[in-house]
Amino acid sequence: MGVEGIGASVVRKEDKRFITGKGRYVDDIKLQGMTHAHFIRSPHAHAKVKGIDSSAALKMPGVVAVLTGQQIVDDKVGNLICGWAIHSKDGTPMKMGAWPAMAPETVRFVGQAVAVVIAETKNQAKDAAEAVVVDYEELPAVGNIRAAIAPGAPQLHPEAPGNIVYDWEIGDKGAVNDAFGKAANVVKLELTNNRLVPNAMEPRAAIAEYNEAEEHFTLYTTSQNPHVARLVLSAFYNIAPEHKLRVIAPDVGGGFGSKIFIYPEEMVALWASKKVNRPVKWTGERTEAFLTDAHGRDHVTTAEMAFDKDNKILGLRVSTHANFGAYMSLFSSSVPTYLYATLLSGQYNIPAIYAEVMGVYTNTTPVDAYRGAGRPEASYVIERLMETSARQLKVDPAELRRKNFVTQFPHQTPVIMAYDIGDFNASLDAALKSIDYAGFPARQAKAKSEGKLRGIGFSCYIEACGIAPSKAVGSLGAGVGLWESAEVRVNPVGTIEILTGSHSHGQGHETTFAQLISERLGVPISQVQIVHGDTDKVQFGMGTYGSRSLAVGGSAIIKAMEKVEAKAKKIAAHALEASENDIVIENGEFKVTGTDKSIALPMVALAAYTAHNLPDGMEPGLKESAFYDPSNFTFPAGTYICEIEVDPGTGKTSFVNFVAADDFGRLINPMIVEGQVHGGLTQGIGQALLEGAVYDQSGQLVTASFMDYAMPRADDVPSYKLQHTTTLCPGNPLGVKGCGEAGAIGASAAVINAITNAIGHNKLEMPATPDRVWHAIHGQA
Amino acid sequence: MSTVKLTVNGRSVSAEVEDRTLLVHLLRDHLNLTGTHVGCDTSQCGACVVHVDGRAVKSCTMLVGQVNGANVTTIEGIAKGDELHPMQAAFRDNHGLQCGYCTPGMIMSAIDIVNRHGGELDEATVRQELEGNICRCTGYHNIVKSVLDAAGRMKVSAAAE
Repeated sequence: MGVEGIGASVVRKEDKRFITGKGRYVDDIKLQGMTHAHFIRSPHAHAKVKGIDSSAALKMPGVVAVLTGQQIVDDKVGNLICGWAIHSKDGTPMKMGAWPAMAPETVRFVGQAVAVVIAETKNQAKDAAEAVVVDYEELPAVGNIRAAIAPGAPQLHPEAPGNIVYDWEIGDKGAVNDAFGKAANVVKLELTNNRLVPNAMEPRAAIAEYNEAEEHFTLYTTSQNPHVARLVLSAFYNIAPEHKLRVIAPDVGGGFGSKIFIYPEEMVALWASKKVNRPVKWTGERTEAFLTDAHGRDHVTTAEMAFDKDNKILGLRVSTHANFGAYMSLFSSSVPTYLYATLLSGQYNIPAIYAEVMGVYTNTTPVDAYRGAGRPEASYVIERLMETSARQLKVDPAELRRKNFVTQFPHQTPVIMAYDIGDFNASLDAALKSIDYAGFPARQAKAKSEGKLRGIGFSCYIEACGIAPSKAVGSLGAGVGLWESAEVRVNPVGTIEILTGSHSHGQGHETTFAQLISERLGVPISQVQIVHGDTDKVQFGMGTYGSRSLAVGGSAIIKAMEKVEAKAKKIAAHALEASENDIVIENGEFKVTGTDKSIALPMVALAAYTAHNLPDGMEPGLKESAFYDPSNFTFPAGTYICEIEVDPGTGKTSFVNFVAADDFGRLINPMIVEGQVHGGLTQGIGQALLEGAVYDQSGQLVTASFMDYAMPRADDVPSYKLQHTTTLCPGNPLGVKGCGEAGAIGASAAVINAITNAIGHNKLEMPATPDRVWHAIHGQA
Repeated sequence: MSTVKLTVNGRSVSAEVEDRTLLVHLLRDHLNLTGTHVGCDTSQCGACVVHVDGRAVKSCTMLVGQVNGANVTTIEGIAKGDELHPMQAAFRDNHGLQCGYCTPGMIMSAIDIVNRHGGELDEATVRQELEGNICRCTGYHNIVKSVLDAAGRMKVSAAAE
């Protein structure tokens, strides 16, 4: 490797602007003549909108317009879409109610917008919003899954009787029944996967500008996938044809899935910018983020595992209810189905699996992909079940897992996925060693003598990343292909621009992608510029989510580089009067192998652009593009082990040690990879110990600010001990797997397994707050 | 409307603003110092931390009337030309940031932490002191490393002066 090539922990190119306050986020941008939007949102979880009186507001200082849901319907702006079609067991398509950008008739969750005030300043817009009178007729609401599916429950959408979106299944029910019929032991568990709020630190924001003369829109938005935003806004929401709509996602302050989706606020800003013929800016406040960013998780599950007399798994049966909130968000339908149930085989040989998932409407914020998206829920089910099984079968939890590990690859699971490669024993061994598992009983005894309850918990997760082979996801109902594009431009002076359809909002693409070029050409990363996040610059792309940027986006860069190198070698061979087969690229030079003849990259690039002396028939220029469609998912996997201590007097959990051993394939920048793991682990620990979106019976979100929703803070989490084991992914040219979500997928089960180990029983739900843990210890509900 | 006069990053400034204007909005909207961020509206997240008369303050908690005549330093004002402040350099070298949104507030808080503890810091103290700054990306691991590293660097640079 070069000093800045693959495997080098180089510091990030993008950091200087962030540490000096020169980042450029959407809210930092000001346009000439810009107005400010403030949304009027429903305070009720379910209500009819009987009327909106904006007459007083329109007379207030600075008010430009008050626009309502009925107007956006009248202007034929499309309803929000769900882009993944799921069919129920009986073959019927999922049942969805309409989701207009602002509600003209009925609101179905607290925070749903009914109107927007446009004014000269943000404060004027907020002041005027106070003067808009909305006449609501309250309707009975359902705040959770249980209430929504109860007989006689209030109904959200006439299209979805019983509040059921779909009743879906996967796997072989008969084979699973047979497996349970011959089981020596059956272990059963009921679990809740708590609802989370993604809470990227930058609230969502949008600035829309309409150019009347050109009939052209520009949207600055906090998006993980600006091209997808443009496609959806254009093809489904009738905002403008694609060539008349430019979407720019500049620096974006975290996403974690919540910025994949195209939200009502962006649609309204665009529509309003034409209505008032001035730029319109909206910046969300934190409580708006809590109320309107798509939430994550929220499953209720019953799972059963069948074992033979030798403790080999015979079968797995899972039944899950998934809360979708009040409307079907963009990719929501795929999360508790193809991103969840397809991972229920975990790291194990399970001959038969059957899962059924019922998707449910409630009067709550829509739920969609949040870091891990379905895979944390699957991992939590299987890893809680394995730990519980080990306790019930009275065997060591590490050894029960080891006995059932998949060891032969490729491995076809009973739930679609074909694991390409892995070494689950290697990561388990690395984690056991790192945490000194052999020494745990002595540490536990010592803690006991000090009046503390010491526990250890495992989580051997596997996930599917590199989302995803277009043909495969298309056959499962996806409305899009999930390839990625790249363009490599070598400038006449030999500097390089890489245009990628991936989007960086913290992941460090500007560094990692530059390292790929440095590795191949031997040029410093300072010579390479990564361009992303602007539909006018990058032709197309599917964006960043599902830990796909390197495995899919990076592979597209490699494909484009191969084309550039092939042409550059021809030019170099021509200039050096050698055969192109004898040209090698080293340290930024094209050399004739076995001779001292060489030509530097800038000279090759210059030759390509002057075109004075190119091989016969060659086009001038040095620029190539590629689209890469992966052949399979990638399968990062690993073992997390957590050792905790509980104070039985207070119920407080403290970390003694947290070890993560991950197999991500080849690491390009280990420093960045470890940063991704730290962040993911903390979100997983947050779910396990702290975080939970709480709705009351009437559908009010009780936890709608950082005062009420416990975000992990620095003294809630430990420093982590990370290990890497490596099997190279055979499915992509880089051998990489994806590291962005692993921590969030694997961590929560390890924490809860450790606490339940410490307290000696399994009756504990997430978040395991001191209050809940104390009651679990002292036996009072 | 009132006129407010103060010093920001060593420069005398004045602005005509509504009385209800918060310091963070004065900085961002009137002085175009957009490195200071708003992340929560409830003074919980710390993305808006600046120094007022040498002490770390959440700039969303102060009305402009309270900073009349004050000396304010923001993230844009701590490097000496091209030379980064040791805390900025430590965040970069230790990968103490990812999306960068919480970073200015983190750095401003961290400088104050080191100043108050005179460079004598351990991990537990740093974690406790960072209570008022929320980061969603890094899991704090590398932020803690950065602050401890910078504490050493700041001791060295203070000794050199």
